[in-house]
Amino acid sequence: MILAFDLLASGPSVSIGICLLGVLGILATRRMPNVREGVSLTTAVVNFGLVLWMYGRFQAGETLGSTLLEIVPGLEIGFRVDALGILFALVASGLWILNTLYSIGYMRAHEEPRQTRFYSCFAIAIAACMGAAFSSNLFSMFAFYELLTICTYPLVIHAQTDTARAGAKRYVTYLLGASLCFLLPAMFLIWQASGAVPSLQFAEGGLLASSTASGFTLGLAFLLAVAGLAKCGVMPLHSWLPAAMVAPTPVSALLHAVAVVKMGVFGVCRIVFHVFGVDLLGRLGVADVLLYAACFTIVVGSLVALVQDNLKRRLAYSTISQLSYILLGVALLAPAAGVGGVAHIGFHAVSKITLFFAAGAIYVAAHKTKVSELDGIGRRMPITMAAFTIGALSMIGLPPTAGIVSKWWLVRGAVEVEQWPVLAVLLISTLLNAGYFLPIVWRAFFRPSPEGTPSGLKEAPLPCVIALSGTALLTLLCFFYPDLFVDLAAEVAGYEGGRP
Amino acid sequence: MVAHLPVLTIMIPLFAGLFMPLLGRLNRAIVWPLAVGALGFATFGSIHMLVDVATTGEAIHYSFGGWALPTGIGYRVDLLNGMVLAMIAGAGLLTSIWMLRPAQKEIPDEGRTSYYAVFLLCCAGFLGITITADIFNLYVFLEIASITSYVLIAMGGRRQALYAGYSYLIVGSIGATFILLGIGHLYMRTGSLGMADILSQFQADTSLYTLSDVRTAFAFFTVGLAIKMALFPLHGWQPSAYTYAPSPSSLFIASTSTKVSAYAFYRICFGVFGLAFLTDGLPEIRQIVLVMSSAAIVLGPLIAIRQGDLKRLLAYSSVGQIGYIMLGVVLLNVDGLTGGIIHFWNHAAAKGSLFCVAGALVFRTGSSRVSDLAGMGRRAPWTSAVLTVAGCSMVGVPMTAGFLSKWYLAAGALEADYVFVVPVLIASSVFTAIYVWRVLQLVWFAPKDVEPAVTSEVPWSMRIPALALGAACLVFGLTPWSVDLARSAAVALGVGS
Amino acid sequence: MLDVLSHLWSHYHYVFYILLMLIGLYAVLAKGNLVKKVIGLNVLQTAVFLFYISIGRKAGGTAPVLWEGKPETVPYENPLPHVLMLTAIVVGVSITAVALALIIRIKRGYGTIEEGEILALDEADARGES
Repeated sequence: MILAFDLLASGPSVSIGICLLGVLGILATRRMPNVREGVSLTTAVVNFGLVLWMYGRFQAGETLGSTLLEIVPGLEIGFRVDALGILFALVASGLWILNTLYSIGYMRAHEEPRQTRFYSCFAIAIAACMGAAFSSNLFSMFAFYELLTICTYPLVIHAQTDTARAGAKRYVTYLLGASLCFLLPAMFLIWQASGAVPSLQFAEGGLLASSTASGFTLGLAFLLAVAGLAKCGVMPLHSWLPAAMVAPTPVSALLHAVAVVKMGVFGVCRIVFHVFGVDLLGRLGVADVLLYAACFTIVVGSLVALVQDNLKRRLAYSTISQLSYILLGVALLAPAAGVGGVAHIGFHAVSKITLFFAAGAIYVAAHKTKVSELDGIGRRMPITMAAFTIGALSMIGLPPTAGIVSKWWLVRGAVEVEQWPVLAVLLISTLLNAGYFLPIVWRAFFRPSPEGTPSGLKEAPLPCVIALSGTALLTLLCFFYPDLFVDLAAEVAGYEGGRP
Repeated sequence: MVAHLPVLTIMIPLFAGLFMPLLGRLNRAIVWPLAVGALGFATFGSIHMLVDVATTGEAIHYSFGGWALPTGIGYRVDLLNGMVLAMIAGAGLLTSIWMLRPAQKEIPDEGRTSYYAVFLLCCAGFLGITITADIFNLYVFLEIASITSYVLIAMGGRRQALYAGYSYLIVGSIGATFILLGIGHLYMRTGSLGMADILSQFQADTSLYTLSDVRTAFAFFTVGLAIKMALFPLHGWQPSAYTYAPSPSSLFIASTSTKVSAYAFYRICFGVFGLAFLTDGLPEIRQIVLVMSSAAIVLGPLIAIRQGDLKRLLAYSSVGQIGYIMLGVVLLNVDGLTGGIIHFWNHAAAKGSLFCVAGALVFRTGSSRVSDLAGMGRRAPWTSAVLTVAGCSMVGVPMTAGFLSKWYLAAGALEADYVFVVPVLIASSVFTAIYVWRVLQLVWFAPKDVEPAVTSEVPWSMRIPALALGAACLVFGLTPWSVDLARSAAVALGVGS
Repeated sequence: MLDVLSHLWSHYHYVFYILLMLIGLYAVLAKGNLVKKVIGLNVLQTAVFLFYISIGRKAGGTAPVLWEGKPETVPYENPLPHVLMLTAIVVGVSITAVALALIIRIKRGYGTIEEGEILALDEADARGES
C-alpha cells in the first residue's frame, strides 16, 4: 500500500504531515491559547521552510515525489514537485505565516469563539493546498480539492449566525455541487480518453496529447473540468465568493484571496498545461470559450465591484475579476500570456491579501465595514492605509507594484497572438480597477473625518500591522525582483523568449 | 474441520438459534455470548473460505451425505458468494455485539431470548441463501430468512412495527411465492433443481431460451426477487419496516437483507440461466432492469431528502443503493460488474455505520428524528465521526468506498454504451450530498443555543462495531484488494471485458 | 383461436392454477381485513401447490413404490414435486401462524384489523408527533 517512504523523496507527503501534526498540536493545546497559537505559527514556519527546501531541490534539478497510496491501478494519491506546484505551494505556505500572525491579532481583538476549530481547520486547509499543489495526477488533485472545500466550510460558517449559515450553504452548494456535477465526470471522461491503459497522471505537454478520443469528448471534458473548478470564480459560477465573505477576515484574506481561489485557477492551469496540453487545446478550439468567459468576468466583475459599498464585498468582486486575468492568460494559449497568467497567481496573492488585511484592520480598529464610512481614516491608520494603497496600485497595475509585471506579460501575449479585443478588455479593466480603488484611497487621505471622531493614531493590534506591512512590502519587492515567480511561470508556460 | 466449513458456517448459527430458547431458560446470561460466538464462528468460516477460494482460484463444493449433485443437495462457495457470505457473517457479528445494550432497552425482558434466537435463525437463513447450490434449497432458506425478518421487524415496541411487519409479510410472501413458481417452471422444463445442472442444460441447448416457460420462470424470479430486494417501484414495504423495527433489526436487515436478494438475482442470472440468456435469450430484460435500477438510483435519494425521520431517510437511500448493485447485472461487462459486486461490501459498510448511528440516536433519545441530531458532534464525537465518514461514502467522495463503486459502474456504463447512466449516477450523488450535508450540518454546526438531544457517547459495546464499520468504509476506499476480489469475481462470471 | 382453446383444454390444470392464483392475489390486494388477506395468501400458495403436483403427474402413473415384479412398462408419478410441496406447505403454515400472531397483536394495539382504520390511526399518530 505504501510504496515509498523515503523521507527525502517524499517532501510533499512530509509537508502535509507537518500541517496535520500541527492540527494535532493545536487540538492538544486547546486550553492554552498562547501555546496553541505558537504551535500554529511554528507549523507555518516549518512548513514554509520545507517548501523552500523543496524549491531548492527542484532548482537543482532533482525530481521529488512519491506514490503514497494506490487505490486501484490508475487511481492513486501521488506527489511530484514541479514548477507550477512549487509556485502555488510557495504562495500558500509563505502567506500562511503572515496570515497566522494576522489571525492572532484579529481573533484576539474580537474575542472570537471557537478559535481552536479555526486554527485547526486552517492548518487542514493548508495541508489540502500542499497536497493539491504537489499532486502528480488529477485524482489526487481532485481529492485535495474536495478536502479544501470541506475543511473551509467550518471557517465560513464560523460565526454560526443565520447570515453565516446562508453564506456557508451557498459556498458549499456551489463548490461541492460544481465539482460533483462537472469535475468528477470530466475526470472520468479524461480517464476514459487517456488511452488503453487509463491514467490520470499529469504530463508535460499534456496527458491527452496523443489521445484518440473524439474531439467532442475531449472538448466536453475540458469544458466540464473548467466548470467543475468553480473555485476559480469564473462567471456564472462565482456567487459563492461574495457569499463566503461572512467569514472572519483572516479567512477571507488567505483562503478567499489566496488558497481557495488560487486552487481553482491552479487547477485550470493544470488542466490546460498538463492534462490537455496547449497543442491539443489549440486544435480543439475550446479554450476560446474559457477566454470569452474570462473576458466577460473581468469586465462584469469590475463593474459590480464599482457599486459595492461593503469593502469586503468590493474586494471579493475585485478578486473575481482579477482571477480571470489568470484564466485569460492561460486561455490565450500564447507562451508569454501564460507567463503573465501563472505569475499572477503569486502577484495577485500578495496584493489581494494586503487589501484584505487592511480591510480587517479597519474593522478591528475602527469597526467600519463600508466604503462610505472611510472618510479620513488614513489619518488615523496611516500604516494600514499606506499598505492598502500599495495593494490597490498593484490591482490597477501601476508601478512600483507587482500587478504591472503580470499585466505587462499578458499584454505582450495578447499582442503576440493578435487578440486585440483582449487588449481592449485589459485596458477597460485597468480603468475600472482605478475607478473602484482610487476613490477609497482618496476618501481615506483627503476627505475630512466625520465629526465626533477622536483624533490621534489608532492602528489595529501589532501582529495585524506587522502582517499587513509585510505583505505590502512583498508587493513592492515583487515589482523589483519578479524573477522568482516569472521564472517558474515561464517554465510552466514553456516560454523561451527573452526577458524585458 | 476445514472440509466441513461450508456446512458448519450455516449450521452453527442455525442450531445456536434453535437451542437458544432452551439454553436461555437455563441461564439468561448465556444468550449474548452464544450469539456472538456462533456468528464469530460464521465470520471466521466465511472469511476462511473466501481466502481459500481467492488463493486457490477454485470454488469449494460440498455435497450432503455423499450424494453427488444433481441428485443430492450441495453447497458451493466461489468468489462472488464468498464475498457475500463474509458480508453477511461480518454484519451479523458486529450487529450481535452492538445489540447488547439496545436490545435491553428496546426489547421487553420476556421476549429477549427469543429475539436473539430469531436473529440467529435469520443470519443462518441469509447465509444459506447465499451458499446453496440447489435452487429449491434457496427458496427454503429464503423463507427461513423472511419469516424471521418479519418477526425481527414486528418486535419493535410500537404498534406501527406490528403493522410494518405484517405488510412486509404479505408482500414478501407474494414475492416468495413467485420465486417458488419460477422454480416450478424451471423444474418443469429441465427436471432438475441443481443450479449447475440447469445451467449446463441451458448451455448445451440455447434454443431452450426461446421457450415461453423458461422466460416465464425468469420473469417470476425477477419480480419475486425485486420485491424482496425492494427494487423501485416494488419498495413500498421497506421504509416502514426499517423505520419501526427495533434498532438491531434495522441495522442487520438494512445492511444485509436486500443485498442477499440482489445476490440471489446475480446467482439466478449467471449460475442458473447463464450469461447467454441475458445477452441473446431475452435481452429486453436488461432494459427493464436498467430502467428500474436507474429510477431507483435517482428517486431513492431524492425522496430521502424530504424525510424527517433518520431511519426512514436511510431506508429511502437504501432503495437507491440497491439500484447500483442491480446496475452491475445490466451492464454485463467486467467494469460494471466489479462496481456492482464491490457495492455489496461498500454499501453494507456504509449503511451499517449509518444504522449504528441511527441506533445510537434511538438509544439516547428514544426516537429517530433527524432534528434530534442537532449538536451531536459536541457530545458524541466518535459516533458523529462514523456518521461523517459513512455519509461521505454514500455520496461517493473519493478515497471512501462509495467512490469506487460509482467509478466502476460509470466505466462499465460507458463501455456498454449506456451513456445516460453517467448523469444518473451524478444526479444521485448530488441528491445524496444534499441530505448527507443536511444531516452533517445539524451534527457539527448546530446553533450554540440548541441543547443537544444526544447527551453523551454510547457505550463501547455499541461504539466498537460502529467504528469498525466506519473504518471499513475507508479501508475499502483506500486499498485495492476489495476491488481486486470483485474484479476476479466478475471475470469468473464469464462476461467479456 | 381453436388452437388456443384446445391447448387450454389439454392443459386445463394450468387454467385452474392461474384462476386460483388470481383469486388469491385479488384477495390479498383488494381486501381490507387483515385476516382475509392471509386467507388470500393461502389461496395463492395453494395454487402453487396445485401447479407443482400437476406437473409431476404422468398418464397412467402409479405411486412411486418398488414392488416385487413391478413391470418396467408401468410409469410412476414423479415424487419430487410432492416432496417439495411438503416443504412448501410447512413454510405456508408457518407464515400463516406468524401472520395470525401478528394480527392478534395488531388487534390489541390498534383495536381493529381493518387496513383503512389502521392507516388512519397511523396518520393521526404521525400528525400528533409533528
